[in-house]
Amino acid sequence: MQVPAPLDAMVQAIRRDADVISARQMGRALAEDLGFSRPDQALVATAISELARNIVVYADHGEIELTTLQQGDRQGIRIIARDHGPGIADLERALCDGFSTGNSLGLGLPGTRRIMDEFDIRSPPGEGVTIIAVKWQLR
Amino acid sequence: MTVTVPILRQGSALIASIQEDLCDSDILNLQSRILEDVIRYRANAVIVDVSAIGILDSFGTKTLIEIAHSVKLRGAKMIIVGIQPDVAISMVLLGLTLKDIPTALDLDHGLALIGET
Repeated sequence: MQVPAPLDAMVQAIRRDADVISARQMGRALAEDLGFSRPDQALVATAISELARNIVVYADHGEIELTTLQQGDRQGIRIIARDHGPGIADLERALCDGFSTGNSLGLGLPGTRRIMDEFDIRSPPGEGVTIIAVKWQLR
Repeated sequence: MTVTVPILRQGSALIASIQEDLCDSDILNLQSRILEDVIRYRANAVIVDVSAIGILDSFGTKTLIEIAHSVKLRGAKMIIVGIQPDVAISMVLLGLTLKDIPTALDLDHGLALIGET
């Protein structure tokens, strides 16, 4: 597979719930600029919202980085959610519908994985959580 | 920046019209104000109009469900109106449902459901 070339990156620091809104609005604006369909714009914004909220709730602070990807003639948005919080002990369970260690529906992570085209989560002990998710534009 | 959603009275119903993207604390604030107003005005129905918002994620949905259940325990009924098509698609794909909470296309349909038109 051809490695997608990143075009540009923007970063939103996530510390409080107002930053969640800033991050998802930034994502929606980028998706709109790239010509994503309206449902896909909403999916990108929703994914960012879920990932950014997890940072506020579980890790106190972190960041959302958005990068435009180019692969052949299609473009994509890569979301990187990064924090240095306590990490996730059991990734498999965290990706199950309905599992939550907080007071939530437990759909944020599994739901985000469903609505994105690519999804990777890492939480090495002591290094917080890094999630990389990509949405490609439909041709 | 805090957003305070206006809650209007129409007959014995309350109408909360969300005009812009709310952060989590704004939604929680709306939750407590709706419950206070249901008691204060002895409302028998609440309509939450979400037609102006472009995203309803897991927290927003969970809080709307909680508001609806609390309103129901007060003997009133809550209807969510105006979920946009893109928002509806995202919710379904994310796995979010509103289960037993009535929804309607728009405010007019919502008012008709509670007999206020």
